Amino acid sequence: MLLVSKCHFLGHKKLLGLILCIVLFALPFLLDQYLGRAWVRIIDFALLFSLLALGLNIVVGYAGLLDLGYIAFFAVGAYCYGLLCSPQFGLHWPFWFVLPLGALLAGLFGIVLGAPTLKLRGDYLAIVTLGFGEIIRIFLNNLNHPVNITNGAQGITLIDPLQWQSISLAQTIHWGGIEIAPVHYYYFVFLFCTMFMLVVSSRLERSRIGRAWMAIREDEVAAACMGLNTRNIKLTAFAMGASFGGLAGGLFAAFQGFISPESFTLTDSIMVLCMVVLGGMGHVSGVVLGAILLSVLPEILRYAGPLQMTLLHRVWVDPSDLRMLLFGLALIVMMLLRPKGLWPAKHGASTNAPSENTEPPAKNAQHG
Amino acid sequence: MDIFLQQMVNGLLLGSIYALVALGYTMVYGILGLINFAHGDIVMVGAMVTLSTIGVLEGHLPIGVILLVACLVAIVVCVLMGLLLERVAYRPLRHAPRLAPLITAIGVSLLIQYSAALIWGKQYIALPELFKPSQYVWAGVEINALQIFIFVLALLIMASLALFVKHTRLGRAMQATEQNADSATLMGVNTTGVIALTFAIGAAIGAVAGVMIDLYYGQAHYFMGFLLGLKAFTAAVLGGIGHIGGAMLGGLLLGVIESLSAGYIGDLTGGLFGSNYRDVFTFFVLIGVLMLRPSGLLGRATTERA
Repeated sequence: MLLVSKCHFLGHKKLLGLILCIVLFALPFLLDQYLGRAWVRIIDFALLFSLLALGLNIVVGYAGLLDLGYIAFFAVGAYCYGLLCSPQFGLHWPFWFVLPLGALLAGLFGIVLGAPTLKLRGDYLAIVTLGFGEIIRIFLNNLNHPVNITNGAQGITLIDPLQWQSISLAQTIHWGGIEIAPVHYYYFVFLFCTMFMLVVSSRLERSRIGRAWMAIREDEVAAACMGLNTRNIKLTAFAMGASFGGLAGGLFAAFQGFISPESFTLTDSIMVLCMVVLGGMGHVSGVVLGAILLSVLPEILRYAGPLQMTLLHRVWVDPSDLRMLLFGLALIVMMLLRPKGLWPAKHGASTNAPSENTEPPAKNAQHG
Repeated sequence: MDIFLQQMVNGLLLGSIYALVALGYTMVYGILGLINFAHGDIVMVGAMVTLSTIGVLEGHLPIGVILLVACLVAIVVCVLMGLLLERVAYRPLRHAPRLAPLITAIGVSLLIQYSAALIWGKQYIALPELFKPSQYVWAGVEINALQIFIFVLALLIMASLALFVKHTRLGRAMQATEQNADSATLMGVNTTGVIALTFAIGAAIGAVAGVMIDLYYGQAHYFMGFLLGLKAFTAAVLGGIGHIGGAMLGGLLLGVIESLSAGYIGDLTGGLFGSNYRDVFTFFVLIGVLMLRPSGLLGRATTERA
């Protein structure tokens, strides 16, 4: 009986997966058709932010290390790609080499920045990571003097798109009446990367190292007593999370063709953190949901301006202000309604830090 | 040497304002263990309200009275906002995962910023020139009466807060709540009330800091709370977050570090790095301090709380 229902459930799941695949495949074309090209771009960014959120989820969600400077690793990846694949230094290295290099470099930065913070706890860690994020941004902003490396606040332009031999993702082709533009190609590249990292994340979660991260999150002293090398495990979390960010950064640079320190501010770090916390810390699906929601929501709120016009027949509130007001309100309401995140992890305490106020963890529900 | 002294004085002055804002962060952190991200924006509202009040009253009353009234209005508005913030965004999440209130705080911060943009616009608002403070020159250091006033007032506020927490009944209730909220409740402390009081005091001090910023910089802006909050939070951590004396020390120190590094980075690095690396230097000092003393300068060494 159990077996039958299980098989049935599995079939159900397979069918759902198939439908999901079709929807994901058709999504950019449908959006292009009905809502316009801008929406394909928005979805591209949503996927890019999913990558970032998955990376930060390793640091914050699994290992419980509050990182407020995560965008720095995104910047490292982006500048790595930007400098090696643009006329800035006249280098045009192939992407299949530069993207992993960016991820690796970001991972190294993760270790370098993580090392001094090992002794710190909670919010001391938050402020130090925040400081590192700002330091990297300030350097990017000012390294045009005395030697011009990053081109300062002007940023780097004319960055190569993803290309291999003569095939470039920057050209538009028409195929059977459907126009396939760069935004579509990048959609599939980002989708592939997000899917891949989703699998990597969820495998990591159940691996030895993933369980070690969670042990440290729940109680560092107890984890150390169990013989875990907390230093190396924390550094691994930093490095792993940072490399996700580095990869996303490289993709971002290739997609945009232009990067400047403007894109890597503290506000962006906070936004990625919001995605992780709002979606459900430590739960990959929740995190992706949070990332997509928080990247799409501000765009939907752009319609609030015209709506105000039709409903009230005059502009009471400047549309861009209105958008941010509603966004702030949405953050508050969503968090109040679902304090553990929209889609929290089922098992294990999702409280990432010990606190005297939390109730004793409930016994896991018995599964028949 | 003159430049050094002048930079020291500027730094101490700026630092005393940082310290006042940092007090708001550190008091809330001590009691609730959360970063009140919206505190910088409350200070901004204090500064804005003061400017508006001055604008309305200018020319009708003596300057001293105008300033006093403006300050009181700012305090009332900020305290009400602080209480509302605590009630709406933090109290419902007291038993939620630790990072949940951080997100509502960011939401509140956005709400306050853009409401301020709606009310006061996005341009800088300047303080009308009310009076010309008398200038003093002493050992090559220039300082005016207003700056002395700001510094002395900041020290007075800090001292009275320290005395309040240490010696009054309510202050002891705050200490008890900070040490262990549950036990404090069992001992008959109204912890909910104490938490609200903490927000109110933090907001009131923030309002005064807002007035000082108006006087010091002569202008205010809807977005200034963000950077100010960041600096103040850094100061609070530098001194040892949760520790009131630490916030004061951290604030003053941060102000001095900032103004000295702005003045000397160019000379020290032979012109390689300019004063635009001021914040880098500040953060390096912070990281250095925290590596040696992971709980800040005055913070107690925290053990893992189970």
